[in-house]
Amino acid sequence: MNNLIQIAYFLTAALFIIGLQRMSSPRSARSGIRWAGGAMLLAVIITFFWPGMHNYFLMIIAVVTGTLVAWIFAKRVSMTDMPQMIAIYNGMGGGAAGAIGAQELIAGSLSNNGMVLLAVCGGLIGAVAFSGSLIAFARLQGIMGSRPTVFAAQQPVNLLCLGIAALAGLWLILTPGPALTGLFFLFALLFGVLMTLPIGGGDMPVVISLYNALTGLAVACEGFAIGNAALIVAGTVVGAAGTLLTLLMAKAMNRTIANVLFGAFGQESTAAQGEVHGSLKAMEIEDAAILMAYAEKVVIAPGYGMAVAQAQHKVKELTTALEHRGIKVKFAIHPVAGRMPGHMNVLLAEAGIDYEQLFDLEEVNPEFSTTDVSLVIGANDVVNPAARTNAASPIYGMPILNVDDSKNVLVIKRGKGKGFAGIENELFFADNTRMVYGDAQEVVNTLVQSLKQL
Amino acid sequence: MTGSIWAALYIILLAALTGYEVIRRVPVILHTPLMSGSNFIHGIVVVGAMVALGHAETFIEQLIGFIAVLLGAANAAGGYAVTERMLEMFEQKKLRSAPRE
Repeated sequence: MNNLIQIAYFLTAALFIIGLQRMSSPRSARSGIRWAGGAMLLAVIITFFWPGMHNYFLMIIAVVTGTLVAWIFAKRVSMTDMPQMIAIYNGMGGGAAGAIGAQELIAGSLSNNGMVLLAVCGGLIGAVAFSGSLIAFARLQGIMGSRPTVFAAQQPVNLLCLGIAALAGLWLILTPGPALTGLFFLFALLFGVLMTLPIGGGDMPVVISLYNALTGLAVACEGFAIGNAALIVAGTVVGAAGTLLTLLMAKAMNRTIANVLFGAFGQESTAAQGEVHGSLKAMEIEDAAILMAYAEKVVIAPGYGMAVAQAQHKVKELTTALEHRGIKVKFAIHPVAGRMPGHMNVLLAEAGIDYEQLFDLEEVNPEFSTTDVSLVIGANDVVNPAARTNAASPIYGMPILNVDDSKNVLVIKRGKGKGFAGIENELFFADNTRMVYGDAQEVVNTLVQSLKQL
Repeated sequence: MTGSIWAALYIILLAALTGYEVIRRVPVILHTPLMSGSNFIHGIVVVGAMVALGHAETFIEQLIGFIAVLLGAANAAGGYAVTERMLEMFEQKKLRSAPRE
């Protein structure tokens, strides 16, 4: 039986790698997750035959409950909320790795100090990924505000917390015991919370990706400690892939990891952002429709606001109505439009908008100078010219969509509030910009109706 | 395990390189689905959790093991469902545009 289990684990690891490989290309992506899914099923089933186990009743209850609850939530949640779902499921993986570490440390079943050290490392990383992901979830879900939480002496407090956790962890090698294990995990979990608090909602995608890599690492450590090759291989692959993915994401947002993690410290000088000149000029929806009806080329720049208002299907109708009049319609997709790289493409694809109409930042930016109307729907920071012009702005240097180059800019916005980064947007005050206030779905719907009547 | 510690280190080296290579040339649109996919893959932790629970003796060990399996199973199942829903979009896209070509 033991050999059979090892063979199954070997197959699982191989299938995971093949699955991940297939997921990295759009054409084979769907089959990739199926391969990996099959591998997971195989590994879970074969593990029931692991020799010398008991507690089968508890095990089955835990597997079935965990699977069912997670499955139902994952299927029900709207596509808009996917980023926080990734955060919470990732946190659970980290929690599981941490719990394995805790159990081994309390039971004292680890054969030597090296294994204890690995269990401690896995426990620390897993616990941080767990509590950190919960904070990330709370931020994106709107339970907590998106602004960074900062307080006095935050960095020393965080360091102290990490220091206590690390010391308790090292102490565990000398004198293992339940009380010390509890203390160790308490401070590890606390550190995960403290580390994530000063990070604002806009940076959460990078942080979730980072915690994803950390969970992989934690899983690999625990796999090492308990001598399970499937955990070692899968955890390491995810750790490496996740780290690279984190770096790629940070690059797409023009941020460094250090900047994301520690950027909020000592930066709370929002007054230095400079004054915005001009005034907001509102426009009626019917007038906006006329403006668009006589354009030759319209570029739509969708943002998270569009997704929140569930306006993507109405946007599809608008696209059809415009094309009906012979107007060329393109979509400008910022790398981090939505909440994560690629999130907006998924949302628009769901609404049935053609893949060929979606253009990346580099492709579309030269086009704005020949665009008659740019329609900004619920996007804010990704079209803020301050990123190009104002060195004091927190988003300075981030590549943006240059919608302000086009002849007319229409901005559909719910109110006069600021964007996710919490800064004023000069674009809204520009001479060629008109604001159309209202819920994105209603506004776009009215636009479509008005266009049809023209 | 100690005897094979070097073998394990080589495994880690190769696995890390594999993970790096697989992700290296990924288009931006796949970043989120891929993050979700790798999130699913570390759900394999459920297997380790099952073994840990299977060897739990005292009540506290059973409790922690139970939590580990519960969380691990949720990671795997939730990760799979989320990833599949995202990737579904790519497939639908292909089907819809196929007849026009």
